[in-house]
Amino acid sequence: MSDITQLTSAISSNSPAISIINGRVIDPANKIEQQLDVHMQHGKIVALGTAPDGFSAQQVIDAHQQVVCPGLIDLRFRLRDLSYAKRGSITTETRAAVAGGVTTICCPPDTDPIIDNAAMVKLIRLKAETEGVAKVYTLSALTQQLQGEKLSEMRELKDAGCVGTTNALRPVKSTLVMRRALEYAASHDITVLIQAVDPWLSDGCAHEGAVSTRLGLAGIPVSAETIAIARDLQLIELTGAKAHFCQLSSAKAVQLIQQAQEDGLSVTADVTAHHLHLTEMDIGYFDSNCHVIPPLRTQRDQDALRQGLKSGVISNIVSDHQPQGSDAKLAPFAETKPGISGVETLLPLALKMIELQGMSLNDVIERLTCQPASTLNLPEGTLSIGAGADICIFDPQAYWVVDRDKFLSQGKNTPFHSWELKGKVNYTIKSGEVVFATETL
Amino acid sequence: MISQNIQLDEQGRLKHFLSIEGFKRQHLINILDAAEPFANVHEQAVKKVPLLRGKTIVNLFFEASTRTRTTFELAAKRLSADVLNININTSATSKGESLLDMLHNLEAMHCDMFIVRHNQSGAAHLIAKHVSPHISVINAGDGCHSHPSQAMLDMFTIRRHKKEFADLKVVIVGDILHSRVARSQIHALTTLGVSEVRVVGPKTLIPAHIETLGVHVYHDLQAALIDADVVIMLRLQKERMQGALLPSENEYYHQYGLTEKKLKLAKSDAIVMHPGPINRGVEIASSIADGPQSVILEQVTNGIAIRMAVMSQTLGRSNQEPPKSKGGNV
Repeated sequence: MSDITQLTSAISSNSPAISIINGRVIDPANKIEQQLDVHMQHGKIVALGTAPDGFSAQQVIDAHQQVVCPGLIDLRFRLRDLSYAKRGSITTETRAAVAGGVTTICCPPDTDPIIDNAAMVKLIRLKAETEGVAKVYTLSALTQQLQGEKLSEMRELKDAGCVGTTNALRPVKSTLVMRRALEYAASHDITVLIQAVDPWLSDGCAHEGAVSTRLGLAGIPVSAETIAIARDLQLIELTGAKAHFCQLSSAKAVQLIQQAQEDGLSVTADVTAHHLHLTEMDIGYFDSNCHVIPPLRTQRDQDALRQGLKSGVISNIVSDHQPQGSDAKLAPFAETKPGISGVETLLPLALKMIELQGMSLNDVIERLTCQPASTLNLPEGTLSIGAGADICIFDPQAYWVVDRDKFLSQGKNTPFHSWELKGKVNYTIKSGEVVFATETL
Repeated sequence: MISQNIQLDEQGRLKHFLSIEGFKRQHLINILDAAEPFANVHEQAVKKVPLLRGKTIVNLFFEASTRTRTTFELAAKRLSADVLNININTSATSKGESLLDMLHNLEAMHCDMFIVRHNQSGAAHLIAKHVSPHISVINAGDGCHSHPSQAMLDMFTIRRHKKEFADLKVVIVGDILHSRVARSQIHALTTLGVSEVRVVGPKTLIPAHIETLGVHVYHDLQAALIDADVVIMLRLQKERMQGALLPSENEYYHQYGLTEKKLKLAKSDAIVMHPGPINRGVEIASSIADGPQSVILEQVTNGIAIRMAVMSQTLGRSNQEPPKSKGGNV
C-alpha cells in the first residue's frame, strides 16, 4: 500500500495553488453558507476568505453566482466488471463521476471478481489511483464470495482500505449467519451496509402492484423489503452493530427506519435519486431504462421517500450508478439488466428536492457530502482548513437538457433522457487539481 | 410518462396489434365488423380472398403453440399471403444471436409482417419498437402480458350469442395471475362497455391490484356464477401445483372446476368459453365442454376470421386500394 500512498502524495504535492473567488460557499459540515473565497495548495484547503500571507494563486476561478461546495460523495457506484471495458471502466466512469461533481465514490463488492480479499482491494485502489480521476473507496463482502455462508475476513479487508462491509444485492438467507456477521463487524467497528431484500419474495422485476399486473411482469412486493428490514433491525438491536440501509424504496421501509432511529438504534439509510423522481408508472410500455432493483414503487412510496429525506430519516442520496451496454437493455423487460447510469444526473435530481419538497440548498448538499462521509467515517465531504481540496462548483440556476449521447459514462442507460434539469456542474476539483471544467469540453 | 400508442400510425390506423390496452371502443368494433364477412369464407367453394396477395407473413414462435400458430397460418393463407413458419427454441437464441439481430436478418428478406409469440412479457412491444417502419407486428402471446387476437375472437364469439356488451355479466375463472388471455379479455370487455367483469380464483392466482383494471374479485366460484351471461374458464397449467400456489388438482376441481350443478347458478342461456387446450376434469367437466352451452369449438373457428380481420386491417393499410374489410363483398 505504501507505493499507492507515495503516488497519491506525489500527485498532490504537484497540484497548483488555486483560488476560487466570488462564489457562494456552502459547507454543511462547518455550517458555512456565505460568499467567501477558497484557497488551496498542495492538494489541501489552506484558507477560506482572505488568502494566507505569501499565497500566490497560479489559477483563479471566478465562481460568481455559483455555489462552491465540497466534492460530492456517492456511496453506491458500481464498477461491476473490472476486467471488462464495454460496461464502463474505472477511467471512463470516474470521469463521468467528476462531470457530475462527484469526487468520492464507494464501490460495492459485487464486482467481478468479488471484493472479498485484500489483494482485490489493493488492485482496485491501484487502478483507481493510476487510471481514475475520482477517489474510489471499496466495501468489503460481508460473507465469502457473497454466498451468505462464511464470514469474510472483514477486519483484514478494513485494514486494506475497505470503509464498510455489505453483502450487496445477495441477501444473507441464514438469520444465524447474519447475526454472526453483525456481531463480528461490531467487534471491529465496521459499518454494515444492508440492501434489504427477502430472498424468497424478490423473484421479480417490477413493483408488485397495478403496473406489474397490467403488464404481466413478475412483481416484487413491498414486504420483500420490509420483512428483511424488520429481521435485520432485530439483529442490530441484539448485536449492537452499526448499520446503514441502502436504497429504501417504500413508505413502510421509511417508517421502520424512523421507528428504529427513535428507539435509539444506530441506523442510517439512503435513497437513490431515481426513486425520488420515478414511480412504477414510468415503466409505461416496458421501458427497460426503468428496470431497477429495488423496483420503482407507487406515488405514495415516492412521497414518503421525499419526506424521509427532508426530515433526515434518510441521510443521503446515492446514484446507484450502473452503466450498461445498449445490448443489456435491448431485450424483453424481465431479461434486461437492471440499473441506471446515474452519476451525471445525481446533483440536479437532488437539487429538484428544493422546489418539490421545500428543502434548503444547504440540506440537499449536506445529504450529498458530509452525511455520506459521516455514514462511513470518511475524511471527505468538508471544506475545513487542511482537508483534501475536493470541490464542486455548480450553477444552481442553470437549466440543461439531459442528453444520454453526451454522457461521459459508457452507460447511456438513463430514463431521464431529454428531461430539463436545473443545476449544472462547471468545475470539479479533486485533491487540488481541476479534473472537470465545462469550458474545456 | 407513458409513450404514445405505437399500435396506430399517424392517421390513427392499425399498424401493429400488440395489446388491447390502448385501443378505443371503435377500434375494437371495427375489427369485429371486419371479421364478420370472413367468418363465412370457409363456407364458400373457394376459401381464399386476394387481400394480401404478394405479402410475406412470418410466424415467429419462440414458444410452442399448435392452435394459435395454425389459425394464424390458415388466416394468412386464406388472405393469399405467403407464410413462413419459424419455431425458435429460446435457449438456442440466448446462446447465439440476439432477438433483434435475428429480426433484422428476417427483415432483410423483405417480410411484411411478424406474428410473434414469446414467453416474456413485452417481447412484441420490443420488436415493434425496433422493426423497420413498413413492417407490422402482431402479438400472438407475450409472457403473462397480452394475447389480443385471442381476446378479440372471444369478443366476436360473445357478440354472436349476446346482443349488447353493456348488459353482460362475464365471469373469468382460474389462473388470472399467469394468464395473458385473461388480461386481454379484461381490457377488451371493459373497453366494449361490459357492465360487470368478475374474476374468480384463489388469492394465489389473482394478481395484486387487479381491481384497478375494472374487475370484481371473487374467491368463491358459486357466488361469482350467479346471473352470469358468459363463463370463461382458463386453462390450469399443471406446474402450478409446484411453488405452493395450489394444494392439488383434486381440490382445485372441487373449488373452481365448472360442473353442471354450479353452471345452473348462471343464467339459463349463459355460454361457456375456454381458450383451449382444455383439461377435462381439472377446470371443466367433460359434460359441459361438450354440452349445449359450450362454444369452445366455435371459438376456434372464429379465431381464423378474427385473425384475417386483424391481418388485413394492419397490412391492408399499406395497399394501394382501400381495405375491403367493411363491405363484406368477399
